[in-house]
Amino acid sequence: MLTAPPLVDIQDLKVTFTGGPKPICAVNGVDLALERGETLAILGESGSGKSVTLRALLRLNPEKRTKVDGRIAVGGEDVLALKPRELQAFRGRTVSMIFQEPALALDPVYTLGHQIAETIVKHNGGSYADAKAKALDLFERVRIPSPERRLENYPHEMSGGMRQRAMIALALACNPKVLLADEPTTALDATVQIQILLLIRELQREFGIAVIFVTHDIGVAVEVADRVAVMYGGRIVETGPIRDIIRRPRHPYTIGLLKSRAHDAMAKGTRLDAIPGSPPDLANLPPGCSFAPRCKLGTPACTEAVPEPVAVGEGHEARCFRTDQTAAA
Amino acid sequence: MLVYLGKRLVYTIPIVIGVSIVCFMLVHIAPGDPLVSVLPPDASEQLKIQMMAAYGFDRPYYEQFFKWCLRAIQGDLGTSIATGRSVTGEVLNAVRNTLLLAVVATFIGFFFGLLFGFVAGYFRNSAIDKIASILSVIGVSVPHYWLGMVLVIVFAAQLNWLPPTGAGPGGSSEWRPDWAHIRHLILPAVTMSVIPMGIVARTIRALVADILSQDFVPALRAKGLSELGIFGHVVKNAAPTALAVMGLQLGYLLGGSILIETVFSWPGTGFLLNAAIFQRDLPLLQGTILVLALFFVMLNLIVDVVQTAIDPRIQRS
Ligand SMILES: Nc1ncnc2c1ncn2[C@@H]1O[C@H](COP(=O)(O)OP(=O)(O)OP(=O)(O)O)[C@@H](O)[C@H]1O
Ligand SMILES: [Mg+2]
Repeated sequence: MLTAPPLVDIQDLKVTFTGGPKPICAVNGVDLALERGETLAILGESGSGKSVTLRALLRLNPEKRTKVDGRIAVGGEDVLALKPRELQAFRGRTVSMIFQEPALALDPVYTLGHQIAETIVKHNGGSYADAKAKALDLFERVRIPSPERRLENYPHEMSGGMRQRAMIALALACNPKVLLADEPTTALDATVQIQILLLIRELQREFGIAVIFVTHDIGVAVEVADRVAVMYGGRIVETGPIRDIIRRPRHPYTIGLLKSRAHDAMAKGTRLDAIPGSPPDLANLPPGCSFAPRCKLGTPACTEAVPEPVAVGEGHEARCFRTDQTAAA
Repeated sequence: MLVYLGKRLVYTIPIVIGVSIVCFMLVHIAPGDPLVSVLPPDASEQLKIQMMAAYGFDRPYYEQFFKWCLRAIQGDLGTSIATGRSVTGEVLNAVRNTLLLAVVATFIGFFFGLLFGFVAGYFRNSAIDKIASILSVIGVSVPHYWLGMVLVIVFAAQLNWLPPTGAGPGGSSEWRPDWAHIRHLILPAVTMSVIPMGIVARTIRALVADILSQDFVPALRAKGLSELGIFGHVVKNAAPTALAVMGLQLGYLLGGSILIETVFSWPGTGFLLNAAIFQRDLPLLQGTILVLALFFVMLNLIVDVVQTAIDPRIQRS
């Protein structure tokens, strides 16, 4: 095939934390592809490895205590092979990130204007004054009222929603190709959440960037995403277009997730944690499917080998031996 | 900012008044007869009363206090009972020597304290961190007069590299920036630097470790800053607390060097205070304590103002 490679291409990513007494296998073979301008939502319960996967894309996991295997390519660049200087140039310019808690992710003792201008000067060179002007432009685009004044504010002088807008402005400062957003609205009020989501979606179209969006909230995923990847125990257990996943989920875990919140369909703010049983111990993973112990359809075969992805529709795959059963459900 | 500065200055006025009252009373509450050192042991009652009147000790306390204050404002702290010289002159000379010693010691102490603190904070639980921690614990816990004596024994008595006592050759108390005087400064300054070094190192280590564990550090990394750029952010975050600690340490060094100055016969305020206490030299004692206390007040003021100026999280109200 001669199709162009995807913008983000993750193959068989494995992340193991070796700092503790036992190695923790947080990510166990993730494959992900993202096209230019596409928005992917990663869903999954707490501890399933969503944040670790995002951080791996920017090599933000603590280098000394982390073993990373597999391949990560963004725009043809091999991320895991970047030298320190190249990595600095890559971070923030090719791929940038919005964090869950803008109150904690911004430096408290610098003005927002400085924090943005500093990034622009670092990546694009040029004068500090030009960078400040660009920062003002960014503040206008993320629609922060009275932007001139706000640029001189410190993070603690702004509301949560305004801070997250500033964080988004910072992330967009150097026109990245990929934006990573790790639960960017979880720390915000419901009404502010919607505004921020709409803003991200709008800017994503305007700038044509690809977005990987981590969330607990299916409602949020429906709002912003083209495609969904459901993570469980450090693996992507199901991936496909958002509509397919909602209407015809094929992995028992996804089915459980959707069922657990079926009564208040698509309501925002519902966390995905109502499936009986507890998530797998990442320091001691079972040899087979890690969902098997909690699965209603589990068979002895499920506990012996990890299922490979099975195509169950157009661009829709599930890692399950029993997709024939789930089709009926 | 100017309004804040003005307010802060106004607040110091009652503090200064309180400090002078305490200085004045402290000395009068202390037991002992102020004239014992100048009067012959067999002096007559008549002579005693005469002397009391001459020094004004027969007046009521409040009157003495107001007179003392009034003259102090004009820069006159009275005359020393023991030497008959002007207290202001004695104190200023001693302050100059103490300041010199304190500033040099602070410089050494802060330089190594900051160095050890930052290195230990950045490389927590590494060998460097352990060594720096041990050094700073020793620095904080070893009695410094003992350290001073050890240094004198080793470098003055045994090796004969440096003079053991005094501020200059031939017991001169006038300091001059030449090698003969600098030699005299080394041992007391090093001894004195050990305490702020330990405290600054420990504070900075904890501070840096705390800052590095905050979420904005990976966020800075994520936007592509170099480790040096991130270091700049760490420094600015650490600066307000570090300055406060260093200001206090400087204050302690300026006032709290009686032991070291005595061990090294360094003609500073501590030495002077010591002499004043043993000779029951009231005016000298009051004057020295007052000047030292005002130093503290001023230093606190400066630290507060600087801290407020550089830390946006402190409200300027
Ligand atoms: N630096 C680290 N050292 C050791 N273990 C880690 C580290 N970072 C993450 N982990 C572990 O990796 C696992 C996956 O964590 P991750 O943060 O990716 O979960 P998540 O899916 O983002 O969950 P949440 O929804 O709660 O954010 C967790 O068990 C976590 O404890
Ligand atoms: Mg997370």
